[in-house]
Amino acid sequence: MSESTSAATGESPQSESPTESAAVQAIRARWGADVDLAEENRGQWRVELRRREPLNDIVDHLVEEPSLRFDFCVDVTALDHYGEEPRFRAVYVLRSMQLREDLVLKVPVPEEDCWAPSLTGRFRTADWLEREAYDMFGITFRGHPNMIRILMPDIFEDHPLRKDFPMEGRMTDQEWAEWIIARAQREEA
Amino acid sequence: MSAARPTVDDNPLRNSMTSGDSSALHADPDGEYMTLNMGPSHPSTHGVLRIVLDLDGEVIIRAVPDLGYLHRGMEKIAETYGYNKFIPYTDRMDYLAPISNNIAVAMGIEAVNGIVLPPRGQAIRVICCELARISAHLLGLGAFAMDVGAMTVFLYTFREREVIYDFMESLTGARFTVSFTRVGGLARDLPDGWAESVRRFAERIPKTVETDIENMLTTNRIWVDRLQGVGVIPKDVAMSYGMTGPCLRGSGVEWDLRKEQPYLGYENYDFDVPVGEHGDAYDRYLCRIEEIKQSASIIQQAIAKLPDGPISVEDHKVTLPEKTKVLTSMEELIHQFMVVTEGPALPPGERYFGFENPKGELGFYVKTDGTGRPHRLRMRAPSFVNLGIIPYAFDRAMVADTVAILGSLDFVMGECDR
Repeated sequence: MSESTSAATGESPQSESPTESAAVQAIRARWGADVDLAEENRGQWRVELRRREPLNDIVDHLVEEPSLRFDFCVDVTALDHYGEEPRFRAVYVLRSMQLREDLVLKVPVPEEDCWAPSLTGRFRTADWLEREAYDMFGITFRGHPNMIRILMPDIFEDHPLRKDFPMEGRMTDQEWAEWIIARAQREEA
Repeated sequence: MSAARPTVDDNPLRNSMTSGDSSALHADPDGEYMTLNMGPSHPSTHGVLRIVLDLDGEVIIRAVPDLGYLHRGMEKIAETYGYNKFIPYTDRMDYLAPISNNIAVAMGIEAVNGIVLPPRGQAIRVICCELARISAHLLGLGAFAMDVGAMTVFLYTFREREVIYDFMESLTGARFTVSFTRVGGLARDLPDGWAESVRRFAERIPKTVETDIENMLTTNRIWVDRLQGVGVIPKDVAMSYGMTGPCLRGSGVEWDLRKEQPYLGYENYDFDVPVGEHGDAYDRYLCRIEEIKQSASIIQQAIAKLPDGPISVEDHKVTLPEKTKVLTSMEELIHQFMVVTEGPALPPGERYFGFENPKGELGFYVKTDGTGRPHRLRMRAPSFVNLGIIPYAFDRAMVADTVAILGSLDFVMGECDR
């Protein structure tokens, strides 16, 4: 195994490491109790939170603090840890052009109460990114003005990137066609 | 078009931040607005993008994009098939720069565990990326010009793209869907004489761009009239909509991942990042022209100091071992078997990695779980995010300007819908 990969396996998450980035320190200073894990992966910090409620406040602080200015939303997506509790994670990637660094924020989303905070009030780009995450995982982003599907057809009833959705789909093309016809007939009646 | 066409300055409502939250403005009490369906197979939508336009005469009141016609579930495919088997699918994402996607996805996966290629592998990747950038921008500009009515440029740019296709053919065996990278390396080394002919091409392409594109367009009265002041996207709006690539730089934000978060040794190359001033379609056009010239310069630098040595990492739990060793040594045989059947052995980890693709930032959020398949391989497609600007950019625009705005955004639906 090469040096680089063995270094990766030898790395252990140091939650109280003194070399934490300014952004992580800023989050710890005010929301220390909510931080579950802060881990570095080659210059990029990832902060996992215990609960999702403070996310909007944290993002507001990261954007407005003059020494940080994480004012560019790169990505909003989700992960499915099928079989674990809580099942989903919502992932927000923010960027500070001033510090030239990215920051990953993760919040837990349980399946039975499937919502995550929306960043649409802050970033326009979160609109489509969150709609895609909703489309693929079924996570509702609370505060989003238009929470509808974006890539899959509106009549689709599943969320394809969930781990329990089979690769080949739930229906054959024939069944899918019949389902659409039956649905149209129901609507007519 | 009439000479008294309203411009940005004449119309205070145009480009005001009205999309999405201005139902009062969009209300149509007299039922006089016309709904026009643009696409999904409209020539200027470069694929299958559908936009529903509400029109008040010639003015667009509201534009609602409808995506997903080309959705193939690539992220699901990645989770199911594993790392190297997924690389051919990335050819079909941004199909105007397939080799750039190959490199981006390999780097996104490598970034999780910090796998760094040997210098020669990095230099070859840089050359391929910049060739792809030239190729993508040539097509983008050609199609843009054709949409706006200048047919000739399209034919000229395709002549140059043909040369790049020939390079790809001699390098990878395929002209278009190249599938050139592997996780931790490349499929094969450069063929004899390839670098020299690419160098000659890179030397002449800036001049060709000047004579064949710039002379035809940059000061062309019709081109200037149709582009200047059209689709203006101010700096803060471009940032808020998460735009990247030439679209962001055209709006005056100096941000290029090759400069700001360098990978593949881009910090060792000398190149400029062109930045626009007004944020209109014309500035985005100028940025792309300049990027072609800068890419040509990077290619020349990379070939001038092309190092010798291996092209892939020596860790054979990730890359395939040499074939001669596989047939004579037990350990290499096992490695070959494991890499082919199980996939590369990547320890668990997760990371976001941004890659400066021709269209913008192609981002990957990869979570590896120690098996031969990613737990999640999220692709942040630049075309998808850049298209989010449509409701804003089309607001209060003229119908005739839609093709100019779409052309200046330079998107690919294969990547947008994934």
